[in-house]
Amino acid sequence: MLTNVVRNFRALPFAILLIFATVLPVLAGPFEDAVGKFANDEFSDTEEAVGTIATGGNPLAYTIISALQDGRLMADPETKKVYLTQPDGKIIDAATGEAVASIPDSAAAVRLNNRLRRTVEAALGGLTLLSPDPAKRIQAAQSVFKTHDETMLPVIDGALQKETNKGARLAFTEARAAILLFKEDATDAEKLEAIATIKARGDQEALALLTGLTGEQPPAIARAAAAATSAIQSNLALWSMAQNAWYGLSLGSVLLLAAIGLAITFGVMGVINMAHGEMVMIGAYVTFVVQEVIRTSYPGLFDYSLLMAVPLAFIVAGAIGILIERTIIRFLYGRPLETLLATWGLSLVLQQAVRTMFGPTNREVGNPSWMSGAFEVGQITITYNRLWILCFTMAVFAILLAMLRYTSLGLEMRAVTQNRRMAASMGIATSRVDALTFGLGSGIAGIAGVALSQIDNVSPNLGQSYIIDSFMVVVFGGVGNLWGTLVGAFTLGIANKFLEPVAGAVLGKIAILVLIILFIQKRPRGLFALKGRAVEA
Amino acid sequence: MPHVLTRSLDRSATVFLLVVAAVGILVPLSNLLLPEGSPFQVPTYLMSLFGKYVCYAILALSIDLIWGYCGILSLGHGAFFALGGYAMGMYLMRQIGSRGVYGNPILPDFMVFLNYPKLPWYWHGFDMFWYAALMVLLVPGVLAFCFGWLAFRSRVTGVYLSIITQAMTYALLLAFFRNDFGFGGNNGLTDFKDILGFNVQAESTRAALYALSCLALIVGFLLCRAIVTSKLGKVLIAIRDAESRTRFLGYRVESYKLFVFTLSACMAGVAGALYVPQVGIINPGEFAPGNSIEAVIWVAVGGRGTLIGAALGAVVVNYAKTVFTSGPLAPYWLFMLGALFILVTLLLPKGIIGTFNAWWEPWKAQRLSPNAESAAREDGVSEPKMAE
Repeated sequence: MLTNVVRNFRALPFAILLIFATVLPVLAGPFEDAVGKFANDEFSDTEEAVGTIATGGNPLAYTIISALQDGRLMADPETKKVYLTQPDGKIIDAATGEAVASIPDSAAAVRLNNRLRRTVEAALGGLTLLSPDPAKRIQAAQSVFKTHDETMLPVIDGALQKETNKGARLAFTEARAAILLFKEDATDAEKLEAIATIKARGDQEALALLTGLTGEQPPAIARAAAAATSAIQSNLALWSMAQNAWYGLSLGSVLLLAAIGLAITFGVMGVINMAHGEMVMIGAYVTFVVQEVIRTSYPGLFDYSLLMAVPLAFIVAGAIGILIERTIIRFLYGRPLETLLATWGLSLVLQQAVRTMFGPTNREVGNPSWMSGAFEVGQITITYNRLWILCFTMAVFAILLAMLRYTSLGLEMRAVTQNRRMAASMGIATSRVDALTFGLGSGIAGIAGVALSQIDNVSPNLGQSYIIDSFMVVVFGGVGNLWGTLVGAFTLGIANKFLEPVAGAVLGKIAILVLIILFIQKRPRGLFALKGRAVEA
Repeated sequence: MPHVLTRSLDRSATVFLLVVAAVGILVPLSNLLLPEGSPFQVPTYLMSLFGKYVCYAILALSIDLIWGYCGILSLGHGAFFALGGYAMGMYLMRQIGSRGVYGNPILPDFMVFLNYPKLPWYWHGFDMFWYAALMVLLVPGVLAFCFGWLAFRSRVTGVYLSIITQAMTYALLLAFFRNDFGFGGNNGLTDFKDILGFNVQAESTRAALYALSCLALIVGFLLCRAIVTSKLGKVLIAIRDAESRTRFLGYRVESYKLFVFTLSACMAGVAGALYVPQVGIINPGEFAPGNSIEAVIWVAVGGRGTLIGAALGAVVVNYAKTVFTSGPLAPYWLFMLGALFILVTLLLPKGIIGTFNAWWEPWKAQRLSPNAESAAREDGVSEPKMAE
């Protein structure tokens, strides 16, 4: 008896809902009725509403459904009114399109579940298939490709006939192929053609589509699908090689940037500068300070912050380098092992100094707008910051090469590298060359810091994480000339990235270290070694 | 045999040995026998602390043997130290038995936690002390032998050698941080209970470990002295000062270097093995390249190529580190350490003992008769020539 009552009470809300659901349609047209269903907060009602709105042809349809997708659609369960905030911040009544001052507090965002999200996506796809903007049409076709919703076939066919844009045509054809592949009453010829189209597309989504083709299939189609799958897989493997190569180039450019200053000081002066990493860190902190000043005083100049940081970092790190050379390293010439220890001590001091000044935690260095984002080439994604760093590295390398080749300082540096005593007796002020070389090496480390601040955490430990890798590059490439460093950096970068998917990041790195240790047995002075009697001093 | 002893024990060496022996005997006795609170009783924490320093001193000794006398600057000696420590740690882990958190009689806790089905093959045998003790010598020794064989044979010298030793310890650091490497990953090995049936936490065990460390230091020192005062030691010094010339004279430089490098690695391994039961933990952090470089600076502070200086430097620098990092000056310790690196190399290239000797020798020669001077020269152990 009692349970019966409870059951009745439990049914009461459903009963009320039923009344509303049946009464409301009488009050309004099909579109307004569908919009009102959002307020019921039932997934099934929402789905029905999306279907009605998407096919109803109301001009507000796209706005409403995209708002639903982004969680901007608010429904008031009491008044059954539905509001939406447009991307520009304006609030409108979804049913009428009239502007509203504010959304009542009782309104809540219309909820979605995963199944609904797919429905919404498909509905949006259908709505935008006819959009005047070709980019939007392509996007819509892509979403149809993914969902291969049969109901979209007439829309696609219609759109395909009118389509003039080449990219959009292709997208529509692919979407059509996806639908036909899964359409039960499509002929075998149609399906085979569809498989060919999908195979030509050849990306991860095409693969997903083909592997999703399950159930009983005629043998010819099953065979064609299997062939297409393996073709796509080998194609994707090629692309992933290309992607690895790109990652490797990117890592190589970072290594090159970090190591090139080290190669100069080591090559010219025979000095191992363990504080080199700290010069990189100082460069990164210069970038941080520049951005702080810009943020507080000249926010409009933020996009130029890196351009300003580069010369500043060069000057600051270079000046510190010259100071170090004049006060410490100068007294340790001819004692490379002691220099190594002293510069290690210096790196501890510099790290701790920065930690005291800026705190031990990571500092926020932002990406200017021209360095954020990414674009795609075929199946590989290229981020702008990595691309810019690669270009920047090559520019620094070229400038350095030109400097060594065409300036008098470069000539003197090369002379000192080849034979210090002979150079001195020809009248070259070797101690001046040393100081300038060290300053140059440190300054380049500073510039490297500006670039690295864009892809790594700016913390007092920044330099530490690059120092061993930089040494590996120098040891591998040899100090004979800068090309050795270039080859060394890119070889290590690419080898690292190709080993990573096979062996995992850490094991790959260990393998590289072991390989370098073994390589050094074969060529104790690196790939591009200095020749002549100066070597075996 | 007696002449080896008389040859290797000059006056300062004898004094050093007597001091170590006295400290090694008296400190544990005072800790165990005197009542707590007595002004002469050495507290246990202090004894353990100095036990740790003595292990560092053995490590420093092993570095001085190769750097001070053979010119090989290894920036990866911490790796041998840590490997010895891991070998001992594995024995201690196996001794826990079923007293671990998970109570597994065979698998150490971290293996249960990481779902190891059975003990990895390289953990077998570590339940026996003799095997673990053998591994303490063998693992660092074999690694050093292979590494040295490759490096010295192809004449990798100077900073190149230093850098690849650093790469070696860095590679080991990365490897030991991995959980699937079977050495406890990030957390390392810890929670030890027994060593040879004695509780590692007990005061008497700690006293015994301390005394053993001092004994190991004495043995290590005698070994190093015996080597550097022998003919072999003279060849080593010749290699340090003019490698090519020594080779042209017909010595197989690689073999000498390889021998002394391997021996030094074994010593470092022993130091690590004594270190682990005293501090109660070994983790991959011991492989950090910074640790190895720090150990080199102990030698530089004490005096490169003096052996006594190496041991002294290790104790002095580490004591200073403990004092600084536990006090209000903690943030400035790295400044101190960094300045130590710079100032010692710039101003005190011979270290404490070397500088002291440089002052003391002329004075002594002046005071004593001229034949004492010639005796000092025959001693054969010269100060290292710092110019490379």
